[in-house]
Amino acid sequence: MDFLNAIVAIANYVLIPGIAYGSQLALGALGVTLIYGILRFSNFAHGDTMAFGTMVTILFTWWFQSLGISIAPLPTALLALPFGIVFTALLLLGTDRAVYRFYREKRAAPVILVIVSMGVMFIMNGLVRFIIGPDEQRFADGARFLIRARDFKQWTGLSEGLAIRTSQAITVVTAVAVVALLFWFLMRTRTGKSMRAYSDNEDLALLSGINPERVVMYTWLIVAALATIAGVLYGLDKSFKPFTYFQLLLPIFASAVVGGLGNPIGAIAGGFVVAFSEVTITYAWKKVLVYLLPESLEPSGLAQLLSTDYKFAVSFALLIIVLLFKPTGLFKGKTV
Amino acid sequence: MTAMKVNWKNVALFALVAVLIVATGFVQSWNTALLILNMGLISAIMSLGVNLQWGYAGLFNVGIMGLVAVGGLATVLTAMPPVKEAWAAGGMRMMLALATGAATIGGGILLYKRMRPGRRRTLALMLWLVGGFFLYRALFDPAAEAIEAVNPASTGYLGGAALPVLLAWPLGGLMAAGVAWLIGKTALGLRSDYLAIATLGIAEIIVAVMKNEDWLDRGVKNVVGIPRPLPYEVDLQRDPGFVETASSLGLDPVTASTLFVKLGYGLMFTAVLVIVLVLAELALRSPWGRMMRAIRDNEVAAEAMGKDVVARHLQVFILGSAIVGMAGAMMTTLDGQLTPGTYQPLRYTFLIWVMVIVGGSGNNWGAILGGFLIWFLWVQVEPLGKMLMDLLTAPLPDGALKAHLLESVAHMRLFTMGLILLLVLRFSPRGLIPEK
Repeated sequence: MDFLNAIVAIANYVLIPGIAYGSQLALGALGVTLIYGILRFSNFAHGDTMAFGTMVTILFTWWFQSLGISIAPLPTALLALPFGIVFTALLLLGTDRAVYRFYREKRAAPVILVIVSMGVMFIMNGLVRFIIGPDEQRFADGARFLIRARDFKQWTGLSEGLAIRTSQAITVVTAVAVVALLFWFLMRTRTGKSMRAYSDNEDLALLSGINPERVVMYTWLIVAALATIAGVLYGLDKSFKPFTYFQLLLPIFASAVVGGLGNPIGAIAGGFVVAFSEVTITYAWKKVLVYLLPESLEPSGLAQLLSTDYKFAVSFALLIIVLLFKPTGLFKGKTV
Repeated sequence: MTAMKVNWKNVALFALVAVLIVATGFVQSWNTALLILNMGLISAIMSLGVNLQWGYAGLFNVGIMGLVAVGGLATVLTAMPPVKEAWAAGGMRMMLALATGAATIGGGILLYKRMRPGRRRTLALMLWLVGGFFLYRALFDPAAEAIEAVNPASTGYLGGAALPVLLAWPLGGLMAAGVAWLIGKTALGLRSDYLAIATLGIAEIIVAVMKNEDWLDRGVKNVVGIPRPLPYEVDLQRDPGFVETASSLGLDPVTASTLFVKLGYGLMFTAVLVIVLVLAELALRSPWGRMMRAIRDNEVAAEAMGKDVVARHLQVFILGSAIVGMAGAMMTTLDGQLTPGTYQPLRYTFLIWVMVIVGGSGNNWGAILGGFLIWFLWVQVEPLGKMLMDLLTAPLPDGALKAHLLESVAHMRLFTMGLILLLVLRFSPRGLIPEK
């Protein structure tokens, strides 16, 4: 019984949050990795792109709520999500036209593009704070739980409860659907194939008649969708705050680098590696150990390896380890 | 060296900044003008440090915030009085814990280097690191708890060394140099974006440590009342000699004392800026500076000529970081308090980057100009934006929209900075004062 309780506790506090967070990071890292693969720079504005998409979604959610439109038990934000994607796509295409295209035509060094993306980050950050303010916003509605801890205890008779929040279930389902769709697009469609060709070898792709501007446009469209979905899922699961989204940049970059920059499968794997490292290292294991160990060996403290305030240190440490020992990442990424 | 030709455009640019600051003095107040001047001086020193890394060597460092924060920490560790009860409660145990932590990492590196690659090395390394980590936590946790329990409302930390606060400036530089050495050892030699991501991460971690390790610097409870290198305003106002001089200048004692202190800081910062500038210019013109630029412009060729690119990069990365750390210590001295919660990457990392790029990367005068100009704009965009917004919203009826617009105007400065950065990068990529 104690053993089962320990497993349930791990599932409840480590496995489920880790899977949800990992899916969110994976979607974010996919965006970063696609930009890196096609446009060949690390986009520092990605966190703020996610914030922008989420903000638009929140505004539409509020509007729908005020009109009484609802898809309960699902959160209204899912209905607003497509509008968020459209606005983000317009913003990114506009940014590309006004800012990035100039440097692409000049074939500027990647580091210049990184600095340019820093400027874009400032503007998007200012825009988001200007429209919705710097404060925390909650916009989740509908049913809160798929499985409640109390119900789970009643069904199973275990003393440890297992809860699955709706937002966690939605995150996983959406992430699987989006990733499947993305890979189908990249592997099966003409445009997807040309994107991969362009990423592998730009000159060869150009020679075979691929229109680079078209490839870039599709990349931004996909990135807008990925960033908005990742941002909205994260916001539903936790909450929305512009600064938090900016800070997500670090674990997202870590995911992309750990998996191998420019490699979509790597980005997904990296997202889960980073998420699970973070959750396991900052989780207080006392609860689980109490079930597993005899009373005499029970830990006196929380048995927490690092306080949650240092979760960034985990992504950072992973990043450094991978950079030192396997600079191209777990799955072969590319280096410019 | 041939006779310098006076570049009137540059003189005019600096004169413009001077006029802007003096105009602030006339329009707003001289205290505001001096505040802008003092922070402008500090910003100029920071951007000189970043220019050394980016302009001379092409290293992309986005961890400036961390270096500034380390400098601030140096101020506390230098100037605050030691808390004897806290040292008695757990000071020595804490030192032992930190030494254990350092020994674990050092031993791990030694193990990695000395043992032959293979499964045995991996296993030994894991055991050593895990064992060391638990030993460290076993020593660290009770020590930190004991220290933080000592009068937590006013101390609860170890305090500093009660040394003159001015010593914190070189010490801040040294501590930042140490951090830079650690980053450089791991991330230099990799691609430029990787250095950027690594520095971004380390800066977040440094600030997280300063926010959470209360035994070190009281965390978000802040350390206030850091000793000053200049007299306090109240003491000046009580000094009959000072009051007399002030009234002979036609100033009331309160205003005179605040102006006196700010001017004092201004002079001290100017002295530091001049020293850093002279050294940076000498370095730029020396064979070392030429080598740096040669490496920046073509790493492969420089390496083929026998230059040790990674070692030179490490050198310039440490030097630039030390300058930023020193400026961070100066800033905390000026504030008289350490507030770890206020270190924000947009303000302390990316704003400095805007200064360097707008001023002109590779040119020290450009970096200084950028420091002053961007700092001025950063401060003044808010009141200017508010005026503009008042004007724009005047015809709007009172209501939620108008209130929101007026309230949100504070966030316009981020937008403005981004716009300035993009415009300069696009239309004048070499900055206002380009590299020669």
